[in-house]
Amino acid sequence: MAAPPNIDWNAVIADPRFQTLHRRKQGFLTGLMVFSVVFYFLLPIGAAYFQDLYKVKVWGVVNFGLLFALSEFIVAWVIAFYYSRRAGAEFDRLAAEIAATYEKGGA
Amino acid sequence: MTTQHRRWAVWGLAGVMAVSSGAAFAQGAVADEYRWLTFTVFAAIITLTMYITYLAAKRVKTASDFYTAGGGVTGLQNGWAIAGDYLSAASFLGIAGLISQYGYDGFMYSVGWLVAYITVLLVIAEPCRNIGRYTLSDILAYRNDPKWMRIVGAISVITVSTFYLTAQMVGGGVLVKTLIGIDYEISVIAVGILMLAYVLFGGMVATTWVQIIKAILLVIASLVLVMLVWMPYGFSLPAFLQDVVGDPKVQAKVASLLGDSAKNMSAAELGQRFLEPGLFFKNPIDQISLGMALVFGTAGLPHILMRFFTVPTAQQARKSVVWAMAIIGGFYVLTLFLGFGAAKHVGPAAIAAVDPGGNMAGPLLAQYLGGGADSFLGNFMLAFVSAVAFATIVAVVAGLVLAAASAIAHDLYVGVYHGGDVVPPQQQVRAARIATVVVGAMAITIGIAAKGQNVAHLVALAFAVAASANFPCVLLTLYWKRCSTGGIVLGMIVGTVVAVGLTLVSPNVTYPKAVREAAQKVLDGEPAKRSAIDVALASGDAQAAAQANLDLAALDKAVKKAQDDMAKVEGKDTSIVGLAKPLFTLKNPGIISIPLGFLAVLLGSLLFRDKRSEALWPEVYARQNTGILASKATSH
Repeated sequence: MAAPPNIDWNAVIADPRFQTLHRRKQGFLTGLMVFSVVFYFLLPIGAAYFQDLYKVKVWGVVNFGLLFALSEFIVAWVIAFYYSRRAGAEFDRLAAEIAATYEKGGA
Repeated sequence: MTTQHRRWAVWGLAGVMAVSSGAAFAQGAVADEYRWLTFTVFAAIITLTMYITYLAAKRVKTASDFYTAGGGVTGLQNGWAIAGDYLSAASFLGIAGLISQYGYDGFMYSVGWLVAYITVLLVIAEPCRNIGRYTLSDILAYRNDPKWMRIVGAISVITVSTFYLTAQMVGGGVLVKTLIGIDYEISVIAVGILMLAYVLFGGMVATTWVQIIKAILLVIASLVLVMLVWMPYGFSLPAFLQDVVGDPKVQAKVASLLGDSAKNMSAAELGQRFLEPGLFFKNPIDQISLGMALVFGTAGLPHILMRFFTVPTAQQARKSVVWAMAIIGGFYVLTLFLGFGAAKHVGPAAIAAVDPGGNMAGPLLAQYLGGGADSFLGNFMLAFVSAVAFATIVAVVAGLVLAAASAIAHDLYVGVYHGGDVVPPQQQVRAARIATVVVGAMAITIGIAAKGQNVAHLVALAFAVAASANFPCVLLTLYWKRCSTGGIVLGMIVGTVVAVGLTLVSPNVTYPKAVREAAQKVLDGEPAKRSAIDVALASGDAQAAAQANLDLAALDKAVKKAQDDMAKVEGKDTSIVGLAKPLFTLKNPGIISIPLGFLAVLLGSLLFRDKRSEALWPEVYARQNTGILASKATSH
């Protein structure tokens, strides 16, 4: 690494703003990650063990299984959109504030 | 970029053109009289991408330019480039083919390829942008012992890239041969030389643009086909699928897949079965194992990871994943229509007749929609789709070679051999170019040497190694305070060795004894079947005779295959690792190797504490979350 300005990294992670960012981000990301993994694996597990449910016709010949598979795409997009909105509105602002303080202070 | 370099570029272009036009032809999907069409479209794409490479070459002066396009790619551009890097021939042609052959299961398979990007988006892309530079090892080396990290990181990157590369080269060679009938060896060399021209002269700048152009062409081609397939139904999903399941060709395919259990099913039931799970995936545990490798492995693929170093900020990295997810997901939804459309219009059996894996579903659908094999438009569309398939292979291979070359030049040569001393920029770029030539030559050699081998499982293996070794190491070094050098070294070794080892003793490998027994069974049953057919032929019943003729053709084919198999395993009793039958019954090792990879990092970190890893934790954690100094990291 090229010599960066001297930044007290322990002070950064002890900063209350960093603690807030860390707490909110961690909770949010863990929740979304667990939800998306569980929702994804429901599809193959259901296809193997709940075939009768997958065969139920819902919309003409379109059955539950097909709609469930399509919903995986919608859910993935919604998660991406939801995360980037929250990150853009909240996490980025906190991160930029912290960065501004310490990059200036250390240089 | 000197005049000499530019002259080389022109010669390279001329060479590829000469090789392509002078190639020896065999029979391909494109009819002889329309082959010039394919080459015209090929030439247009090659000329455009070569011109971009020529422009890009002027901008490649430093290692940062070569590896990461100087960090100057925008989120939108990078999103398209990720899609171009990721949508390999396997997903472009393979998934449409799988849907055309097995219906629902093929579509379900595509889901994991998109969901994988949620992992990339949430936990990998932004932190890696904030603390990384050119390679996977840069991330690991930030807080852990640099020399060790560069060695294990480079080994893992080269392993994953080589598996993936081999599958692409062999798959690409077969594909080009099937589409336009160029000799296998010549298509492998053409792909290799073209890719080398892009990477060598244009580095990441040219590679990025080749990937963007390819992704745009792919999306345009798919959109046009889907419009043509879906429009007659007024864009109604049930009306379209109603027609698919009502098609006798589809019903016949389901009947042949189900065998005896189809005897009591009506035609309507058989057709509907095409939209239900279980025609392709027989073992749910294996499928979950594959899903795990996809969902966690994508975040550890070196050529995808590398793309996040090309954008200037974490925000742009995030934006690029969101764009990539929109493009990749949208493409897979289109694939649903391509696959089902091909099943209805071309027919599963006709597709499998050209390529048993079903890979020709998309191209044959294009030909049909344009007006069929004898029409100009039909052949133009086939030519266009074939050219896009070719561009697809070249673009993916370019990304892979760049990732492997960066591991050799940046990690091993600059990082380990020079021990982190300052290496002048020109020397770094030269090292990168030499490594590119070495990896490119290796790709061509392996591609030719592996001719005729079944390499389909190598892509799944690349994902499994990435998920079992790279992913746990990157994730834990970013998020776990106690993670240490010992943990990463152990995790990389255990993850790679277990994933590769389980695959070597799995059903993916050929077991000569089992092959011989299966072939013997076919040969033993032959006389009885032949006499039954003779009886039917002699009976005078026209319908029975017609069926008997079909059976005869099928029997001849099966006997021929059995004889070929017999010859292939002649004198061999055990698999390449000396086994008579598989020790591990799953085809995908992920479900075992991924947890073991995580466990190894945890254990290794707890057993071997590392002061440097712990002392640098606050810095890594602060930087990956806030992006402090991230913009400065790109400018040196």
